[in-house]
Amino acid sequence: MEPEAERAPSPSGGLTAPAPPEQVEALVREAVAEVKADRTRLMDVVQAVQKRLGYFPDAAVRLAAGALGIHAVEVEDMVSFYAYLDRKPKGRFHIRLSRTPVSLMSGAADVAQAFEKAIGVAMGATSPDGMFTLEWTADIGMADQEPAGLINGTVVTALTPADATVIVAALRGSPIGDMLQLFPGSGSDGVSLPRADVASSLGQVGPILFRQSGRGDGVRAALTLAPEKVIEAVTKSRLRGRGGAGFPTGLKWRLCRQSVSDDHYVVCNADEGEPGTFKDRVLLTEIPDVVFDGMTIAAHALGARHGLVYLRGEYIYLFRILQGVLQRRRRLGLLGANICGQEGFDFDIRIQVGAGAYICGEESALLESLEGKRGAPRDRPPFPTERGYRHQPTAVDNVETFACVARILENGPEWFANVGTGESSGTKLLSVSGDCKHPGVYEVRFGITLYKLLELVGAPDAAFVQVGGPSGQCVAPKDFGRRIAFEDLPTGGSMIVFGPGRDVLDVARLFTEFFVDESCGWCAPCRVGTTLMQRSLDKILGGRGTLADVGALESLANTVMRMSRCGLGQTAPNPILTTMRNFPTAWEARLRPEAFLPQVTMRDALAEAVQVQGREPAGETVAE
Amino acid sequence: MSEESFTFTVDGVPVEAREGQTIIQACDAVGVYIPRLCHHPDLEPAGHCRVCTCNVDGRRSSACTMPASAGMVVESNTPSLNGDRRTIIEMLFAEGNHFCPACEKSGDCELQALGYRLGMQALPFPYLWPRRELDATHPDIWIDHNRCVLCSRCIRASRDVDGKSVFGFEGRGIHMRLSVDGNCLGETAISAADKAAQVCPVGCILIKDHGYRVPYGKRRFDTQPIGADVEAKRAPRKA
Repeated sequence: MEPEAERAPSPSGGLTAPAPPEQVEALVREAVAEVKADRTRLMDVVQAVQKRLGYFPDAAVRLAAGALGIHAVEVEDMVSFYAYLDRKPKGRFHIRLSRTPVSLMSGAADVAQAFEKAIGVAMGATSPDGMFTLEWTADIGMADQEPAGLINGTVVTALTPADATVIVAALRGSPIGDMLQLFPGSGSDGVSLPRADVASSLGQVGPILFRQSGRGDGVRAALTLAPEKVIEAVTKSRLRGRGGAGFPTGLKWRLCRQSVSDDHYVVCNADEGEPGTFKDRVLLTEIPDVVFDGMTIAAHALGARHGLVYLRGEYIYLFRILQGVLQRRRRLGLLGANICGQEGFDFDIRIQVGAGAYICGEESALLESLEGKRGAPRDRPPFPTERGYRHQPTAVDNVETFACVARILENGPEWFANVGTGESSGTKLLSVSGDCKHPGVYEVRFGITLYKLLELVGAPDAAFVQVGGPSGQCVAPKDFGRRIAFEDLPTGGSMIVFGPGRDVLDVARLFTEFFVDESCGWCAPCRVGTTLMQRSLDKILGGRGTLADVGALESLANTVMRMSRCGLGQTAPNPILTTMRNFPTAWEARLRPEAFLPQVTMRDALAEAVQVQGREPAGETVAE
Repeated sequence: MSEESFTFTVDGVPVEAREGQTIIQACDAVGVYIPRLCHHPDLEPAGHCRVCTCNVDGRRSSACTMPASAGMVVESNTPSLNGDRRTIIEMLFAEGNHFCPACEKSGDCELQALGYRLGMQALPFPYLWPRRELDATHPDIWIDHNRCVLCSRCIRASRDVDGKSVFGFEGRGIHMRLSVDGNCLGETAISAADKAAQVCPVGCILIKDHGYRVPYGKRRFDTQPIGADVEAKRAPRKA
C-alpha cells in the first residue's frame, strides 16, 4: 500500500499521496530562483510550489529555508498563518464556499449540502480519492452574487444546489493537468464550469469615479506640477482614505515625503476583506488604469520608484487581467523608465497576491505580509510613512483612494471638494448586499442618508443595516436618517441590508465567529477575548443566558476593545456592543429569569462518564 | 544615542527620561512600576500581552513599545486600567492549562504573580482546556506547552541574542502555538546556557533538574509582589 501511494499524483488525479522528493526539490529550486533568493518573497515561493503540488510539504519547508538563508521555523511561522496555504495534501479541487450572513440568507447551506452529496464527503473533509476538498471560507468579496465559492483560483457565483452536481461532474471529467489553478476562460489547463463568472454589478455611476476612461490623464496633469504641488492639490481636495479609517491622504503623503530615505514605496491596499465589501473588485475590473494612474501620481509626489499592489488571494482571478493592464501601461510609457517622457521619472508596479487573511487589510500587517512574513500588525510608532515596506517610508492607500487621486489631478481639487460634506469630500463607493432588490456598487455623494440609500437599492422595508461590515455598526431604523460621512456614519463601503424577520443576534454570532477565525493571535486580548466572547454568545443564544451573563459579556467586550493591539481587536466587539446599544430588546428576549445558570448543564458534564459506564446515574434524575 | 533628557508625567509624578527610551524603560529606571508580562528588559519589545497598556495623552498605548517624549501625560495606576489588566491575566489563565499548585515554577511565575498583584480571584470565564503537548526530548530543557502564554520572549532571545532562531510561532488566532526549529526541541541547536532557555515568564520552558533548588515559600514572589524590585528604586519622597 505505502510504496504505491508514494507515486503521486495517483491515476485518478488525487493528491493524497506525498509528492516525490526530487519533484519537490526541483519546484522549490525553481521558485527560489524566480525571486532571486529574496527572503521577502517567501509568499511567492510557497504559492508557486503549492500551485503545482496542492500543498507545501515538510521537505519544501526545509529546502526553502535553506535556499533563502532563513530557519525552517521561520518558514513554518509564515506558511501556517494563512488560510489558503496548506501544509497537508488537499484535494485536487479545493472547493471553498463563502459562509457569511448574506450567503446563508441566499441559500448557501443548501448549496453546501448539494456539494456534500455530489462529492460524498462532509464540509471540512477531503474525498478518499483525493479529488475534492470541501470547506467553508470567510467572505470572498462576492456578497452581491452569493452563494459564491472558490474552486482552486476560480470564482463561482450565484450557485444553486443543482449547479453543485453539474460542477462536480465537470471537475471529475477534467483532464489531469499539471496546473491546479483554474482561471475563468484560461483555456487548455482550465475546465469549462457553469457559474464561473463574476458579474460587475455597477449599480449607480456617480459624478467622480466612473466618469471617463482617462488612462494616463491624471499622470500627465501631475507631471506638470512639482511633487510638493501635487501633495498640495490632494490636501486641498480634503481627500480622506477610503479603506474606512479616513486618514487625510494629503497629510499621509506629506509625512511620507518628509521622511528622509533612499527609497520610498507606494502600496495599494487591494486586500478588501471586510465582509460585504466588493467595490475594489469592481474598480479593478472596470477602471484599473485609473487606480494605477493614482499610484503613479503618488510615485511622482513621493519620489518613489517602486509600487506594490497587495491583491487579496480571493481575487487571484484578477491577477492575469491586471498583469495585462500593467504590461500595456509599460508599452504606453505610463510605467517603467522616463514615464510620459519625463526624464528620470522611473516607476513600476508589482502585484503581490495574498493568501486568505483578513488582518492583512490592516496596513502594517499588510507590510509584514508583503515582506514574506505572517500578517501580524506592527506597533506604532513608527508609522509606515516613516518605516514601512523594507523599513523605508511607505504610503499605503486604498484602491478607491488612488482612483480619487487620479480624478483630483484630472479635474482639480476644488471640483472634487465641491462634492460631499464639510468633513467628507467627494463620493463614496458603497458595496450593497443582502435583502435588497438591486445589490451592487453605488457611487454616492458623501452625506446621503440611509433612507435615501435604501430607497435607491430597493429595500424600503429594511429592519437593520450593517454599516461598515462586522467591524462597523448595526444600525436600527430609528437611525436611518443618519448620513454616510466620516462625521456621522463612517464606512469603508460595506453596507449589508437585513429585511424583516432577520435576527440581529444570529448576525452578531456569525460576525463574532469571523473575528475568532481572523484574529492573528499576536496579542492576548484579541486572541483569547474573541473566543471567550463567542463562548458567551453561544451560551446566551443557546437559551442559557442570564442578565449577569450579558453584563459580563459587555464588560469583556469593552476590555477587548480597549486593550487590543490593532483595529481588528478594537472593533471585533462591535457586533456585540452595537447590537446591545441599538437592539436591547433582542437581547432581553433571549434571557432566562434565573439569577445564575452554569455554563455547562449537568447532563453535558456527565455525558462522557455516562457513555463510558453505559448507564445513567443510579437512582436519580439528572437536573438540567 | 543622544543623552538629552526630558520630563514626562506618570499618574502626575514627573519622570525623567532620555531620548530613545520607551515609557516602560524610563519608568523602570526611576522606580515607577507598570505591570507587564511579555516585556523583558534585555529584549526588543513585542507588544503581545498588552498588560502594560496605559493612557498616553488620552490614547491607549503599550508602555513597552511607546517611546517616551517630553511633556507626555501617562496614566497607569487607575482602577479602569488595572481592571483591564486583570481581565487579560484571567484570559491567559482561561486559555492555557495552568495548575499553579502542581507547577514547579509556582512562586517564580510572572503570570501567577500578576494575578496576585492585580487581585485576580475566581475566573469569570470558562476554561478552554486546550490539548497541548509536552516536549522532553532535549537532555537539559523541557517545554510544557500547557503553560505557554505566547509572549515570544524565547523567540526574541533565540533570534536576537543567541543568534539561533530556535523558536517561532505556528498557526494563528486561538490556535497559535510556539513551535521549534525541527521536529522537537532535542533536534534544535538550543543549549541550557542560552538566553532563550532563561527568559520564560511562566513554567513553559524549564531547565531540567533545577525545579526545586529553591523551595516553595522562598521564591521571588513568595516574599514580595511582582514589581517590588522596580519600586524599590524609587527615591523616597521628600517631606
